[in-house]
Amino acid sequence: MIKLFIALLSGLLFGAGLAASDMNNPERVQGFLDLFGNWDPALMFVMGGALAIAVPCFQIILSKRHTPLLAKRFYLPLNKAIDKDLILGAILFGMGWAIVGYCPGPALAAIGYGYTDVFIFVAAMLIGAKAHQLQNK
Amino acid sequence: MLEAFQNVPYTSVLIGGALIGISSVLLFLFNGRIAGICGMAFSLMATSLDKNIWRIVFLIGLVGGSLLYHFLTGVEYPPAPNTSLPLLILAGLLVGYGTSLGNGCTSGHGISGLARLSPRSLVATLTFMGSAIMTLYIAKHLLGAAI
Repeated sequence: MIKLFIALLSGLLFGAGLAASDMNNPERVQGFLDLFGNWDPALMFVMGGALAIAVPCFQIILSKRHTPLLAKRFYLPLNKAIDKDLILGAILFGMGWAIVGYCPGPALAAIGYGYTDVFIFVAAMLIGAKAHQLQNK
Repeated sequence: MLEAFQNVPYTSVLIGGALIGISSVLLFLFNGRIAGICGMAFSLMATSLDKNIWRIVFLIGLVGGSLLYHFLTGVEYPPAPNTSLPLLILAGLLVGYGTSLGNGCTSGHGISGLARLSPRSLVATLTFMGSAIMTLYIAKHLLGAAI
């Protein structure tokens, strides 16, 4: 139960952070990606702000603790390979990200704004992921 | 180039970034979980419901957190994407397929992965950033697409 409360709190903070930093705004994100046009560096500072907290905290947690406070273990990705799937996946994701200006977090957070375009994008995103899951079976 | 930096709303982007960082740290420290949003959304489609309650709760929080921010601050909602329907669908398919194939997106690789100093996440982050910057350049400046 407390774990669910932490999940809710963490989701709320993440959503508030995306809204506060204007990362739910596709124009803002495309402005960052438009490095050779009218560049908007804001996203760099969002990531910088997040990493300034996350990097030292994760390093301290990983060096001081063998288990999380409420769970049996840290659920870390087992796959460490830098392979074709990782690179191809990242390239395809980057292409889609640039075309609309949504990555999965902001796209899902923006559901609350009630725009039809967001529902269509999220539906397409889930279909794309499902296609990969089925192919991978 | 320098003018671009003068237009950054530093307070709100740094606070927003810090909230995202704190969110990722909380979930990892207490629950041992990585705040990777595409992974959460996609595992809802692949595994049974009882294993996914926390993911659903997180995602409800994500939507609620954004709405709450606008409600409390009075800041207007950001605009909807300005993309034609075929490109909107194509982009959604690419983002979904690509993040599933590459096991992560901006949050999982770009924040938590980098925070763990994972070489895999660093390569993924540099690759999707590079791919996105090139795609935008080609589409907008070479092809003149309205995206």
